[in-house]
Amino acid sequence: MSTAEKAFLAEPERYEFRALPMHKFTLARRDFFKIFGTGLAIFAVAKDVSAGQETAPAPHGFHNEELPKEIGAWLHIGEDGMVTGFAGKAEIGQNVRTTLAQTIADELGVAFENMRMVLGDTALTPFDAGTFGSRTTPTITPQLRRVAAAARDLLSERASKQWNVPAEKLVAGNGKITDPASGRTLRYAELARESFGEHQLPVEDPVKPPTEWTIAGQPIPKVDGREFVTGGHRYSPDLRPEGMLYGKVLRPPSFGATLISYDDSSAKALSGVVLVHDGDFVGAAAPTVAAAEHALTSLRVQWKEVPQISDQEIFSYLKKNALPSREERFQQKKGSVAEGLAAATHTLDASYTVAYIAHAPMEPRAAVAQWTDSKLTVWMGTQRPFAVRGDLAAIFHIPEKDVRVIVPDTGSAYGGKHTSDAGLEAGRLARAAGGRPVKLVWTREEEFTWAYFRPAGVIDVKSGIAVDGKLTAWEFHNYHSGMSAIETPYVVANQFTEYHQVPLVLRSGSYRGLAATANHFARETHMDTLAHTASIDPLEFRMKNLADPRMRVVLERGARAFGWPRQKTAEGQGFGVAAGYEKGSYVATFSEIFVDRKAGVVQVKKLVEVFECGAIVNPDGLRNQVVGAMIQGLGGALFEAIQFQNGRITNSHFSSYRVPRFRDVPEIEAILLDRKDIPSAGAGETPIMAIAPSIGNAFYDATKVRLTGLPLQPERYLA
Amino acid sequence: MATNIELEINGKHYSVSYSPDTPLLYVLRDEIGLTGTKYGCGEGMCGACTVLLGGTARRSCQIPVGVAASRPITTIEGLEKQGKLHPVQQAFLDAGAFQCAYCTSGMIMSSVSLLQATPHPSAEQIVQALQGNICRCGTHPRIIDAVQRAAGKMQEHAK
Repeated sequence: MSTAEKAFLAEPERYEFRALPMHKFTLARRDFFKIFGTGLAIFAVAKDVSAGQETAPAPHGFHNEELPKEIGAWLHIGEDGMVTGFAGKAEIGQNVRTTLAQTIADELGVAFENMRMVLGDTALTPFDAGTFGSRTTPTITPQLRRVAAAARDLLSERASKQWNVPAEKLVAGNGKITDPASGRTLRYAELARESFGEHQLPVEDPVKPPTEWTIAGQPIPKVDGREFVTGGHRYSPDLRPEGMLYGKVLRPPSFGATLISYDDSSAKALSGVVLVHDGDFVGAAAPTVAAAEHALTSLRVQWKEVPQISDQEIFSYLKKNALPSREERFQQKKGSVAEGLAAATHTLDASYTVAYIAHAPMEPRAAVAQWTDSKLTVWMGTQRPFAVRGDLAAIFHIPEKDVRVIVPDTGSAYGGKHTSDAGLEAGRLARAAGGRPVKLVWTREEEFTWAYFRPAGVIDVKSGIAVDGKLTAWEFHNYHSGMSAIETPYVVANQFTEYHQVPLVLRSGSYRGLAATANHFARETHMDTLAHTASIDPLEFRMKNLADPRMRVVLERGARAFGWPRQKTAEGQGFGVAAGYEKGSYVATFSEIFVDRKAGVVQVKKLVEVFECGAIVNPDGLRNQVVGAMIQGLGGALFEAIQFQNGRITNSHFSSYRVPRFRDVPEIEAILLDRKDIPSAGAGETPIMAIAPSIGNAFYDATKVRLTGLPLQPERYLA
Repeated sequence: MATNIELEINGKHYSVSYSPDTPLLYVLRDEIGLTGTKYGCGEGMCGACTVLLGGTARRSCQIPVGVAASRPITTIEGLEKQGKLHPVQQAFLDAGAFQCAYCTSGMIMSSVSLLQATPHPSAEQIVQALQGNICRCGTHPRIIDAVQRAAGKMQEHAK
């Protein structure tokens, strides 16, 4: 497998990419989805990876399409001077509507105010595999830059012909081409009046380096901000097309339950209600939510349930049920761990666990579906509109050209909105509703139960260090949680790393950062224990074992800002550090906590995080995202865990599933390093992954108690 | 049983036919079309549906529409006056105090309520007032900043 191919493999913990859709309707052929056994989704390789082309994994809902190279598919310059960029990405709060517009404006040379973006609409935007994996910035941003550069060159050529002046003597910028010698100008709008026809994107087109950016790199506020503070923006659950019905789905009492009897004799009499019973799917659509709910409660149904694994036994289950490795890429080996351990003066063997957690986006899964003749339009908050289109086409047995998926700017996702569930359900109900649109909004309880989770996992680590504090051996086994950031960034001659697949217990899949949080928690906790075992300062110990200059820099900068090593000034104080690398960006997190043993309270007092993702496209948006990841990370670090008993989620409400709130937020310092000499990487994920180990290490510093499971729930150890 | 209910929302009069125990949230969103007020949990635990009832922040998913009929209701759509944003809205915009912004309406309504009762809140008072509002994107520090900015601006105007 080539390096390029490896780079485009989907991480194995993206379980939802390979999962079958949630419902099987009888409308669809049974064998419609051809799943590649237990194999992994492969990002089919673009011919020219360096050109940043993004293609899709192979299973259902995907195409091995390349990004279109026609400029027209990506960019439009109107006669009014407005420039429209097109991208299949979804705006989910990560600010891509702003950063992509900045990129085009910067390269094309137009005022930011004259830019607008059309995003996430399968009828209008180029194919896109999805908004995940921190890929927008490293792939689509350079693509749009090349598109803008090519458009600018075409405009310049046209002016050059008109004036009979060589194009290289002309200057493009501010929405016009200028001839500095004569002072003549032609606006892009004027030049674009006559059609350019179709133009292919040149393979290589020099674009501006970050040092010459004028609009990119600036802290431009989120576009459409006013719409959000006035309540004017319409998220999917806010849409109310004419004649719309409200949908509800009858959920089984537990996972995997099958419908064994169905009696709708009392519900049938209700007027204005559309009932659908298709296989195990039961739903209703009605003029009000209450009427739809009433219809469902009027049904007499019986379910057959199956016994299932519960949370108390999950970790032993994962260890016992690991599948033998099937893929080469699951294992990495270097030197001999046995020899490395034999040469060590200290060895350490430890096991770490991570719980299932929920994305809990504030906007629950929701969709509005409408059939017009045999064509389907679905408005839906999803990170993968083209994959949803594929699922809908397949399950309703219609060509993809007859399905349109539109993504209104969405109330967050965090990796949780990759599947087509709400769209399928709304689509199925609408199919029975005679052309009337149907809206389906999941309740919070449905969201906590029927979405998918970040997978739980067990991580076993065995290591050795020599008398000089250098690592001699490193063996790392991740069961189930995933492969992201599984490889150690530290220098170790002898290492063995393995990811062990386990059949799913709960529906699982992508979550912000994937398994990078779990793997960093295990690794950085383990490194901390090794440092203490060898009586070396934890930061110094890391530095001794690090060669990667970018990782050293984030640690050094963080140490300076935090004042590491710090003297304790109060009882119960503790300091911790953790760092790492993933998806082209680097992070170091320092934390200060206070442990009040008498009160049984652990307080995170301060977090200092240094983040470096190459050249920064929008420092204001980036800061928002980095601080956001830090705060979201507090939940998974300290208290978030899905509880489940025999196929039921037992904490499916915000009253029982705690997420970070205002009082949980410590003093936060986020330091962003702008490396204009390094291509921009995505930033949505990596800033979350060192929070948990940093806090766990601070707890050890304060108490000498080592916590090895996420959530840390440190209060439990204060009794 | 549906009955006629008279509501005063954002200074306008509405007459709706609903069962009086229906949560106000659904009447606002589904009947009147004021979708700026969001559903987040339906059990008063997230604050996304916050409105002002008689000037005080309340969770509209927990208020039966029959009870809401007694007092004036203000939703996020009612804050802007003659094209001018409320100082709290302006402060959220200026501070960039949102990411996905789904929680923003509720955050703003809770903040307006706080500043009406406590024009110069301490950081602790802001935390206390917003503790019931969930932001999953982690924009909390900027939201606190926005409330402080708004307090400052409203004080200037009051002078």
